[in-house]
Amino acid sequence: MKSLPKGVDLVLIPLINLLLAFMISGLVVVSIGENPFRAMQIIINGSLGSAYGLGYTLYYATNFIFTGLAVAVAFHARMFNIGGEGQAMVGALGTALVCLYIEWPHWTIAFPVAILAAALFGAAWSAIPAYLQAKRGSHIVITTIMFNFIAYSLMVYLLVHILKPKGQMAPESAKFVAGSNLPTAHEFFGWFGMVFPKSPPLNITFLLALLACFLIWLFIWRTRMGYAIRAFGWSETAAVYAGISPFRIIMVSMLVSGGLAGMMSINTVMGEAERLLIDSVQGAGFVGIAAALMGRSHPLGVFLAAVLFGVLYQGGAELEFEMPAVSREMIVVIQALVILFTGALENLVRVPIGKLFLKLNTKQN
Amino acid sequence: MDYLTIIQILDSMLRLSAPLIFACLAGLFSERSGIFDIGLEGKMLASAFFSAAMAAATGSVWLGLMAGLTASMILAAIHGVASITFKGNQLISGVAINFLASGMTALIGQNWFRLGGRTPSLSGDSRFLPIDFPFTESIGKIPIVGPIYSDLLSGHTILVYIALITVPVTWWLLFRTRFGLRLRAVGENPEAVDTGGVSVSFLRYRAVLICGLLCGLGGAYLATGMAAGFIRDMTAGKGFIALAALIFAKWRPGYALYACLLFGLLEAIAIRYQNITIEGFGTIPVQFMQALPYILTIVILAGLVGKAIPPKAGGEPYIKER
Repeated sequence: MKSLPKGVDLVLIPLINLLLAFMISGLVVVSIGENPFRAMQIIINGSLGSAYGLGYTLYYATNFIFTGLAVAVAFHARMFNIGGEGQAMVGALGTALVCLYIEWPHWTIAFPVAILAAALFGAAWSAIPAYLQAKRGSHIVITTIMFNFIAYSLMVYLLVHILKPKGQMAPESAKFVAGSNLPTAHEFFGWFGMVFPKSPPLNITFLLALLACFLIWLFIWRTRMGYAIRAFGWSETAAVYAGISPFRIIMVSMLVSGGLAGMMSINTVMGEAERLLIDSVQGAGFVGIAAALMGRSHPLGVFLAAVLFGVLYQGGAELEFEMPAVSREMIVVIQALVILFTGALENLVRVPIGKLFLKLNTKQN
Repeated sequence: MDYLTIIQILDSMLRLSAPLIFACLAGLFSERSGIFDIGLEGKMLASAFFSAAMAAATGSVWLGLMAGLTASMILAAIHGVASITFKGNQLISGVAINFLASGMTALIGQNWFRLGGRTPSLSGDSRFLPIDFPFTESIGKIPIVGPIYSDLLSGHTILVYIALITVPVTWWLLFRTRFGLRLRAVGENPEAVDTGGVSVSFLRYRAVLICGLLCGLGGAYLATGMAAGFIRDMTAGKGFIALAALIFAKWRPGYALYACLLFGLLEAIAIRYQNITIEGFGTIPVQFMQALPYILTIVILAGLVGKAIPPKAGGEPYIKER
């Protein structure tokens, strides 16, 4: 099966999987009694048809790029980090601490410090599961799930008892200092004399996400460490024989993964809410799993998958508005089907296609 | 804290533990056969919704239970097809099932009932009602022992008692029958079972379906026994607490009961006292109590107290003649 052409492996199979997921989603829409093609049209128009929609789509995509990359980096070391949710939550705490208590003169200074804090906090939250996996062999999936819940309890505690200003009812922090507010797409395009609608929360973090894609590509495919991570992911025994330390690989890949997940909070907390809320992650940590699976753990693939999920999130909101029978949870169903078909049921498509290519090859020879 | 308060807390511990016991034993069957299952949560949720929806539609809680079990077992079968037949990644499949259940129940719920994802409130025959033991009035008057009988043990729904009975039944099935021996063997060393001429796939499918059945019972209990109807995402992490309990119990039925009772007790205390103030020590926030099952599991996993060793072949699809 390894003889599959690269294009088939990386493009054709994910596309067929995606198509299967969409077809079943379409059937779900039909069973609700709506027209799936009209639903698709509304989703695409709502998410890509206007600058307003695009602004939201890319805002969501920014979240998913970070969490998708986080899952992807861990995947390369054959670690399944399902703790992106918790790591992003704790990363949000780091971002908030930076933006709450320091009087920043300008966002250009606050931005790098907040990035560092978010990444450090996120990485710290993945450090214990990583250490337990590396030293004790405790399954990373179980420990990261547990850490998601612990993170949630921690955030509720901090917001209710410590970060909430006196006299306020809602469990959220005070508003961040004005100097930490990131420029939105509206301001950004304004610098160049262009017009972009004001309401979409798309902000400068999107560019950071693009940079992250490039840097992660560089890290995984152009550095010694990246090579070691991939080698370890392909075959642990071979990697150990080549003198690669499993402890180091697990720690590094999981810390990078946690850091990336944490950086997602720059977009939602610093870029949009400008205060710390209890649910600042909104399930993006889990969408990251779908994005990484669909993107085959490659930054470019993750980027494309993240934009697709951005389209679904923004388009799904429009869909609920236009077709009240199809509620927002349709996105969760689509997401589940994408994970199922591209992740768990991969062999459903891969094996028949592999056989088909084998047949074609033997005929040619 | 007086005696009656303790009895009341233990009573609510029993109620809160029942869904955990079902889900934990469900996971036990699946993981003992070598199939990891992080989709316990999703299966419970699906069953909770369909049992409540069917009970609301027909007025019969038993028909509701059937619908719930069916929904849960369908999800279990999907997990089985993905991880046994197609040799997919069991963890990813579990994640997908959790999302599928969460999305589908909210979507269908809103479409059917238009109550923001809830089902209508259940009452009378459309939910499981408490069963009172005979002579609770007179036995309850006996000091010390009386309240244990009349307040703690009596007055639960049938599913709570079924949950408690399932523990010894699971033990018997796993450790005293041929099926159980083979099931455990297939989770440790599937090659040996295969060599012995026993189908690995068939064994694992049966384990996964039993897992679906038990998750279904747990979910139905949540929506039609403990509560009077379904609300969105009402499992609220119970499937993962059950998973934690399973690790805590080192994949053994007896310990699973204790672990679930312990986690149920923690929840009961958290619900009753919110923030607990201890003289000279400070206040334990309710959030800490809620996180405690997870923290305890991490401690166990860290090997600080005992060591949890999962079934050896867990998570690996079985490939013949590699």
